[in-house]
Amino acid sequence: MATAQTNPHYRYLLRLADNALVLGHRLTEWSSRAPTLEEDIALSNIALDLIGQARALYRRAIALGGDGDEDHLAYLRDAHEFLNVQLVERPNGDFAATMARQLCYSAFAVQLWGELARSNDSELAGIAAKAEKECVYHLRHSSEWVIRLGDGTRESRERMQRAIDDIWMFTGEMFEVDESDRAMIAAGISVDASKLLLAWNETINDVLAQATIKRPADGWMISGGRQGTHTEHLGHMLAQMQFLRRAYPGATW
Amino acid sequence: MTDKNWPLYEVFLRARNGLAHKHVGSLHAMDDEMALQNARDVYTRRGEALSIWVVPSKSIIASEPSEKETLLEPSTPERKPYRHPTFYDIPDEVGHM
Repeated sequence: MATAQTNPHYRYLLRLADNALVLGHRLTEWSSRAPTLEEDIALSNIALDLIGQARALYRRAIALGGDGDEDHLAYLRDAHEFLNVQLVERPNGDFAATMARQLCYSAFAVQLWGELARSNDSELAGIAAKAEKECVYHLRHSSEWVIRLGDGTRESRERMQRAIDDIWMFTGEMFEVDESDRAMIAAGISVDASKLLLAWNETINDVLAQATIKRPADGWMISGGRQGTHTEHLGHMLAQMQFLRRAYPGATW
Repeated sequence: MTDKNWPLYEVFLRARNGLAHKHVGSLHAMDDEMALQNARDVYTRRGEALSIWVVPSKSIIASEPSEKETLLEPSTPERKPYRHPTFYDIPDEVGHM
């Protein structure tokens, strides 16, 4: 049986899937609360894209011999078993914070899926090719908002700058490569995430310049999410996300 | 943001090649680019379109309903039947038209 501890391929797929699921769930928290009807639908669309990516990746992981089904992976694991980067579990905050988080992740995801579309795991390559197209739109959407809020009123600019400052130390983890990753890179299944930083910087610098937002200094970066160490926020999020499944095991619509 | 409400835009979709863009509704957006994005998000969630047009609603010059009698009614089929090709005998060889 494949587990995240014994099988680096399975572990890698869970890392990808958990990023998508956690960020997707965060965005669903905006449903009915977004600033406008149009934006409410836009955020739900992005959330659904991400949850769809997560489902496909969980299915691929299970096909490697993993335990249970995709629902089991989403709803019955505890926080320390989630392998997402801490960036995606950050609370929504104000709209600027949500857009800053989305920009940072989407700029990374576009690069990552673009590379993974050539993975030796042909099923992962297929998922990546589809995900890349979706994430290109997510990046466009969040970029346009960051530019407008940054180059907007005094208040929107202050909030946008604060949002970028606050998220910055969570961005480094996306580009980490550990022992488990190196095995996957050697097998041609994964890509060297650290090499995506250059293109990510180009995208982010361009958007921030247009937004007249100051890029924070690259200081100390938070780490640990990909090993199962999370902020308290993930536990609170999972409590809500997993409640129904745990309270009524096997419930169906 | 001095205006409380963003400008209104009209949304037109073209479902297939060869068809004309068809009006499907309207939405609010702060500018043209966001209007296009909003149109994509609000009106094309089920693959409805190959192409999107958005037009500021204020750019649409519309006829006045009160002018209908003078503007449009004079050319209804009841009053100008000869503008409809109904006075010709169509030969059988032509088939269905």
